[in-house]
Amino acid sequence: MKHIISVLVENKFGVLSRVSGLFSGRGFNIETISVGPTLDPTVSQMTIVTSGDERILEQIIKQLNKLIDVIKVADLAEKEFVEREMCLIKVNAPSEQRAEALRIADIFRARVVDSSQKSYTFQVTGDEKKLEAFIELLRPIGIKEIVRTGKVAITRE
Amino acid sequence: MSSKQITGAEIFLECLKKEKVDTLFCYPGGVVLKIFDVLFDQKDIRCILPRHEQGGVHMADGYARSTGKTGVALVTSGPGATNVVTAIATAYMDSIPIVVFTGQVPTALIGNDAFQEADIIGITRPCTKYNILVKDVKDLAQCIKEAFYIASTGRPGPVLVDLPRDVVTNKAEFHYPDKIKLRSYNPTVTGNPRQIKQAADAIAAAKKPVVYIGGGVILSGAADEVRELAELTKIPVTHTLMGIGGFPGTHPLSLGMLGMHGTYYANMAIHNSDLIIAIGARFDDRVTGKVEGFAPDAKIIHIDVDPTSIRKNVRVDIPVVGDVKHVLVDLNKELRLVKEPWDAIRKSWLKQINEWREEHPLDYDHSEEVIKPQFVVEKLYEVTGGDAIIVTDVGQHQMWAAQFYKYDRPRMWLSSGGLGTMGYGLPAAMGAKVAHPDKEVFSISGDGSIQMNIQELGTAVENNIPVKVVILNNRYLGMVRQWQELFYAERYSSTDLGSTPDFVKLAEAYGAVGLRAEKPSEVLPVLKEAMKSKKPVFMDFVIDRYEKVFPMVPAGAAINEMIFGEEKKKVEKKLKAVK
Repeated sequence: MKHIISVLVENKFGVLSRVSGLFSGRGFNIETISVGPTLDPTVSQMTIVTSGDERILEQIIKQLNKLIDVIKVADLAEKEFVEREMCLIKVNAPSEQRAEALRIADIFRARVVDSSQKSYTFQVTGDEKKLEAFIELLRPIGIKEIVRTGKVAITRE
Repeated sequence: MSSKQITGAEIFLECLKKEKVDTLFCYPGGVVLKIFDVLFDQKDIRCILPRHEQGGVHMADGYARSTGKTGVALVTSGPGATNVVTAIATAYMDSIPIVVFTGQVPTALIGNDAFQEADIIGITRPCTKYNILVKDVKDLAQCIKEAFYIASTGRPGPVLVDLPRDVVTNKAEFHYPDKIKLRSYNPTVTGNPRQIKQAADAIAAAKKPVVYIGGGVILSGAADEVRELAELTKIPVTHTLMGIGGFPGTHPLSLGMLGMHGTYYANMAIHNSDLIIAIGARFDDRVTGKVEGFAPDAKIIHIDVDPTSIRKNVRVDIPVVGDVKHVLVDLNKELRLVKEPWDAIRKSWLKQINEWREEHPLDYDHSEEVIKPQFVVEKLYEVTGGDAIIVTDVGQHQMWAAQFYKYDRPRMWLSSGGLGTMGYGLPAAMGAKVAHPDKEVFSISGDGSIQMNIQELGTAVENNIPVKVVILNNRYLGMVRQWQELFYAERYSSTDLGSTPDFVKLAEAYGAVGLRAEKPSEVLPVLKEAMKSKKPVFMDFVIDRYEKVFPMVPAGAAINEMIFGEEKKKVEKKLKAVK
């Protein structure tokens, strides 16, 4: 089962490697991980998507808490939350397909962030299902490259 | 006000003094020369130069285990740093508080593959509780304070501090913080009262309870509280290899060690119990055997300072997170309110356990012709009156030392339990002896293990550290050989050491005393002679080459499926069943 874990850490060098080393050393799985600063410049926020049964998840959370540089760990599954991921997709767009590509992008409220004579690059944001659906529809047109940020998530008030 | 600027090396020394460090195990090298230059002039800290950095950190570990204080070592960058990795991992697995300082190339050169550069922070990240690269001399004192604080609090462990050369040579003002608070590190000390109440209720309701203690009892200093719990509620106590001394070995309620080479009665008690009170122990695979078959009818109370230990290997019914000593004080308070006729309740359970005890006591085949290793350990117990600090290496001798010597107090038994590091014994014994010059310190070792850090005999002689080393010499890597005999059709691949050195001459070559016993009648005289010596002693006991450690739970079996030495047929039957 998939879980999104939100981790507040000290913004120090080597912290990411402590966290990723913990996952690899204990055989836990990381599907995506994203890291960025918070309002407090000395604190960073990690959002980790992982999978495992209840026992493994309990260990992951306890082991993360045990790391000296980890300030707080939250399993978002226990709360209401919003998740988003951004994706940049470069598609083939020769003249005969340009209109079709834009039509699909419009449905998903994707923006064109770069265009050349033979290609478009779209920026799309959403939850996992939306991104997967968008990618599937673009596939027949011909996807050249995909870059994804990994999920970020925040609890609802 | 002091605005005096001093060098990083001087700050290092001042910090160690503030931490009341009296002994530093240190090996010099290029990037830490400035520190050694500062150490040269001072008299507060005894500096001991090992012959190998690994030995130095094992010494710091032995110092820490025997005193409860934090052990401290200093080595240079690159190979100096990588040489200590095994010793740090040893301390990590057994939760031993040590602080290891490593030199590092100057900050400007880090990452340049400079001479004697190693990414020791990266290398030791998974085997330290924490590690710190100090990047600015202004942060040095704070970092050292943090290192000692983290190493010694919560579940203790090794902390490594990496000191680039320029951090050591640059100058800054010295301010040592009195107190420290880290927002990301707040170990739980007191147990949750509701959980403790639940635990007390479970204890009051249990018919066949067992207390199972581990190294956490030693680390937390909770031996008295364990004893109070056991004596109050008349619950028998079994201990792990790390928990030896956490409850008196000679106490009528002591079941001895449990697990792979535990006693029959300890394993049977655990297997048939209806309640296990696990205290500062972590249900290691050497303890549980096959997890699915472990204590099938027991409720489990688990008291530990480290939440990750709880529910890691086995299901737990009543977890209590907190420092073992604090939790036990509260639990005992709660239990004193329970007015149960403990003696009467426990009678049939203790009777059952005594039947198991009589069925298979710890024993071995005695011999008049050849020295039995267990006999040596028994005689050592006699000669020392059970009052020596016993340090072991890893292998058969370690198990015999655990089984046949009785430890009545904590910190009398030092052994590498988690990592199982051969070569730990001699240097760790030296660390213990440095901390306890008035106590007898014996290392019990095998001919394989002793050769893994034998160079430290030079350190012992040079620094006048008179440790006494019992070598149970069977010219085999005995424990591996035992597995080959039992589980690999007697195919002794790479376990016959063939010619071991003449340990008597070797000891003499180092300037130590060498003694040998080849017959059972020579054992006691050799031990007595060693007791008298003011110098380090190697005792070469030429033992029965084929002696094995029993009882034994074969790998993959449940702990009630033990095999015994005297029943060869049963051995074979059990083996077939396991296969």
